[in-house]
This record gives sequence, C-alpha cells and structure tokens, in this order.
Amino acid sequence: MNTFISLTVYGLSDGALLALAALGFVLIYKATRVINFAQGEFLLVGAYMFYTAFVVMRLPLVVAALFGVLVAIVLGVVVERFILRPLIGESAISVIMVTIGLSAVLKSLIQIFYGTSVREQPPILPTGTITVAGTTIPVNRLLVIGIAAIVLTAFSAFFQRSRHGIAMRAVADDQQAALTMGISVRRVFTLAWVLAAVSALIAGVLLADLSAVEQNIAAFGLIVFPVVILGGLDSVPGTVLGGLTIGLLKQYVSGYADPGLAEVVPYLVLVAILIVRPYGIFGETRIERV
Amino acid sequence: MSTVTATGIHHRSYRAELRLRHTKAQYVRLALMVGLLLAAPYVLDRYWLGIANTILIAVIGAVGLNILVGFTGQISLGQGGFLAVGAYTSAILSGRAGLPVPLSILIAVIMTAAIGAFFGLPALRLKGLYLAIATLASQEIIMFIVRRWTWLTEGQGFIEVERLSILGWSIKRQTFEVQWYWLLLAITIAVVVVARNLFRTALGRSFMAVRDQDIAAQAIGVNITRAKVTAFAVSSGFVGLAGALTAHYTETVTWERFTLDVSILYLAMIIVGGLGSIAGAVYGAIFIGLLPPLLTEAVEALSTSMPGLTDQLPAIRNAVFGVAIIVFLLVEPRGLDRIWTRLKDYVRFWPFRY
Repeated sequence: MNTFISLTVYGLSDGALLALAALGFVLIYKATRVINFAQGEFLLVGAYMFYTAFVVMRLPLVVAALFGVLVAIVLGVVVERFILRPLIGESAISVIMVTIGLSAVLKSLIQIFYGTSVREQPPILPTGTITVAGTTIPVNRLLVIGIAAIVLTAFSAFFQRSRHGIAMRAVADDQQAALTMGISVRRVFTLAWVLAAVSALIAGVLLADLSAVEQNIAAFGLIVFPVVILGGLDSVPGTVLGGLTIGLLKQYVSGYADPGLAEVVPYLVLVAILIVRPYGIFGETRIERV
Repeated sequence: MSTVTATGIHHRSYRAELRLRHTKAQYVRLALMVGLLLAAPYVLDRYWLGIANTILIAVIGAVGLNILVGFTGQISLGQGGFLAVGAYTSAILSGRAGLPVPLSILIAVIMTAAIGAFFGLPALRLKGLYLAIATLASQEIIMFIVRRWTWLTEGQGFIEVERLSILGWSIKRQTFEVQWYWLLLAITIAVVVVARNLFRTALGRSFMAVRDQDIAAQAIGVNITRAKVTAFAVSSGFVGLAGALTAHYTETVTWERFTLDVSILYLAMIIVGGLGSIAGAVYGAIFIGLLPPLLTEAVEALSTSMPGLTDQLPAIRNAVFGVAIIVFLLVEPRGLDRIWTRLKDYVRFWPFRY
C-alpha cells in the first residue's frame, strides 16, 4: 500500500509535467500543423535560462521567473518568424526535419555555454515531507501537481474566454474562415509558439527542481509523443489525460515490474493507440483515405 | 544519339532516351569520377581512407533510406533500428553460427527487409506525421530489444566480430583500410547502380506514383498496399546491408551505434543531398560524412588563437549539423543535387541567364 501511494504521487507529478510539456506541443500542432521535435529542448532552454537568472545573476525568484518568460517569448517569436514561417506549405518531412535541426542547435548551444556537468540550483519548492496513511510523500511533488493544475486551468480559461484564445481556436478550426473574419493567422502562429515556449519554460523549471539542471531534461521531449498520441494530437484536455496515464504507467511498471521496461512501455502504448484509434482519445476524427 | 542544344537535350530515338547517360559531358564526368575513385587509395593516408570507408557504408544506408523517404514519401525515423538488425544478424550468424560471411550478410539483408516490412505495416493506415511517430516507436522498441535481450550478446553488451575473410581472401592488419576500400567501393557501386535502375522499372515507378498522389496511383492500377510494404522491405534491405557491413568493418557491434541520433543523421544526409534522388543520397552521405573530420581540422587550426575550442568540439559539431539542416531546408530544400544541376545549367547557358 505504501509503495502504491508513493508510486501514484510520483506518477501523478511526472504526469503533470508531461501534460505541461505536451500542452506546448499540442498548441503548436493545433494552430500550425507542425510537429515540434524540439519541445524537449524548449524545456532545456527554459530551465537553463531560469538557472542563469536565479543562480548566476542572483536575481530574486519572481524577477528570475519573469526573465525566463521574456527569453521564452523571444525564443518563440524568433523560431516561428525565421525558421517555421518560410516553410509554411512545405511537406511534412521538411517541417519535421527543421525542428530536428533546431533541437540539435538549441541543445549544442546550451552545451557550449554551460557544459555537460550538472548545475547546482537551490530548491525553489519546499523540500519537506508529509506523511499520508503511513507513507512519506515529498511536498515538492505534490506542489508540482498543484502548479501544473493551475497553469493548465489558466490556459484553458485563456482559450475559452480571451479574444486571442478564441482567435487561436478559430484558426485551428478553419484557417480560411478565420482569415475572412479578420483574424491575423500570422499573429496566431507566433502566439502559439510563444505560449508553447512559456509552458515549456514552466515545465522545464519544475522538472529541474525535482531532478537537476542538466542536459537530460531534453530527453523529456521524446516521451511527449506517446502522451499526445494517446490524448489526441490536437486536444488540450487530452494532454492532461495522456500525461497522467503515461506518468502513472511508467511509475507503476518501474515500481512493480522492471525500471528498464518502463522506458519502452510508453512506446508500446503509442503503437497500440496508433493501431486502434490513431487520432487518440479526444482527438478530432479526420477520415483520411490511405 | 542525343544532341545537346541550348534548348535542352533532344533524343533522336527511344533507345537513346532510355540510356542512363545522354551527353558527352556526362561520360567525361563519369570517367573523371572513376579516375578519382581508383586513385584514392594511393593518394589518401590511412586516416582519410578510414573516413572514405565510413562514407561508402553511409552511402549504402542513405540510398536505402532515400528509396523509402525520397521516392515513396514514407517518413521513417527507424533507420538506426534497421541498421542494428542488419549488424546483429550478420555478426551473430558469422560468429556464433559459423556461417560464411557473404551468406550471413545475405541473410542479414533478408532479415532486415522482413523486419522493415513488418514495421512498415502502420504505413498502410497512417500518413505523414503519424507515420513518423510510429517509426519513432519502432526505433525505440528495436533498441529496447537489442539492449535488454542479453542472449544477443551473450551477456557482454557487445559482440566482437572476427576480421573479415572470404574464401581464403582475408583482410590483413597492414592493408586493412585499403582492402576494405576496394571491397566497399565495389559493393557501393553495385548498390547505386541497382537503386538507379530500380526507378526505371514498374515497381520503382509505382513507388513514385504513391509518393506523388496515392489516390491517383490507385486509380491507374497501382496496388498501394503492395507498393508501400515493398518499399519498406527494399529500403530496409539496403539499410540491413549497410548495418552488416558496419559490423564487419568496425569489428564490434554495440547498441550505441544505432540510436535515434543515427536515424536523424541519415535523414539529414538525404535532406542535404536531395530527396528523391540517388545521386543526392550519395552527395548527402559525403557531405555529412566529411563534416566531423573537416570541423576537427578547422578547430585544431584555430586552437592556437582560441584555446578551449577543442573541448567544445562535440557541441560545435552538433550545432553545425543542426544549422546545416535548417539552412538547406530554408534555402535549397531540394539539396545538393539541385545545386549541382543549377551549376551545370549555368555553365551550359553562359553567357545567357537561361
């Protein structure tokens, strides 16, 4: 029972982070139909920028967070404007490869400036533990779940209520119709990349706080694929369900069966979903003759 | 014969049109290239000959991948996994089962083709981005099996492969790179010729029809299911050959050689070289193969004025690699092959622009 509770808490917090990382991925796919292979590197850049502001430049926590957001916004705008926009209308392979190239560039830039060693960062979230039903649970894991829930709620409120959020949904639904209604599709594309970079920043900083500020953060980007395929490539609620499912599954498999197997289980789920229901649980069903 | 004028190449008979080479200039370039390839082992030292051998193997793999991605339009991120299948099969069959090397390589090719066809099955239901993600999963699953199934390496984690010897002809330590160069050159030329001719057959044309417009292809009687699965099998067969040759050439097989990064490297080769062109796959393999050694040279040359640069070499290499992919996609998405064609046209029409 103790193992179960702690595995569940770890799985839920991993899942919450996965959902945050997947959120950016889905935003980009929904608005621009681009698969972003550099999502993991966005997390990495976010975590290192926050580290730079918080530890290297010794800024207060809030200012450091704002600095991180600023860098994320710039990154999103630059990537969209100079790399993705010229490729609008190109084949899927070109778009995939350009984000792969981008991921190589971002990762090696971080390596050039910060090296490969693990960086020390004082914990942001409280590190104590609480005892629930005889199980000790780290507080920071619980807080991560809470923060992710707040951020995800804020994002869905943004899509439901705000002008820009509704414009983004309109563009995702039908680009031409949105254009005729006077929505600037270009601005929506930029906004999607900016929001993706910001949500990646939040996920990256939280992930770095749970583990460490290091290059491995980028590896998180690959597990995003099973999450988004499970939830549906263009569904925001899907990322939550997909993230939590994959997070819990990984923890249970690694706790009860075999940690090595836990690495490959998400991909087995991915293949199963692709065979049974390729558009995922909440994804829009598009019938495409192959 | 065909005549070349400023308005293009004019064929006077069907036979002339079917030829692989039409103009005198093409024959001159072929002769030049053959001369260069024959002279290479006498000119290059052991280090550069080793790089040439690695490039020759990469050419085989890139040609194979281009058949699938460039000619059939099916995105695959599973190249590394298929290379691993070829390498492990050939290493185990020749080492532990004691089969002669040519036979074990042949079985490795067939094995990889079969596994490639199996992992190509999702292509029957999926397209584009979804297919890319499905092949990503196949890569991860193959890597998991290779790493965790200790029977493959008898618990060592790697396989040592004996130095190559075929029917009494064996590779000697002194002339290791030179002997391998001749062997790999012969195989690579055979592969390039086979691939080039594949797209002059009905099967090859059906691949291209599926890429250009699958519904139209079906309407004119192309069996799409068959074309897609065959494309995966043929492409993986070439990749398996490249994997098996890697195993015998490097004489050790470890899983680190076949990760997702390798899949990406091969995709970069065909993007940089030119999608849907055999020559492009060759140019791309040469470009990506020469990038690391040339960068190392450049960094060493600069290291006197900028110390500390040498430590950054792996990161710089990755950065240049990423920038190369992005720049090619933005500036010339059809790759080096297209640049070469434009260059030839420029010379041909000079002093006119077109």
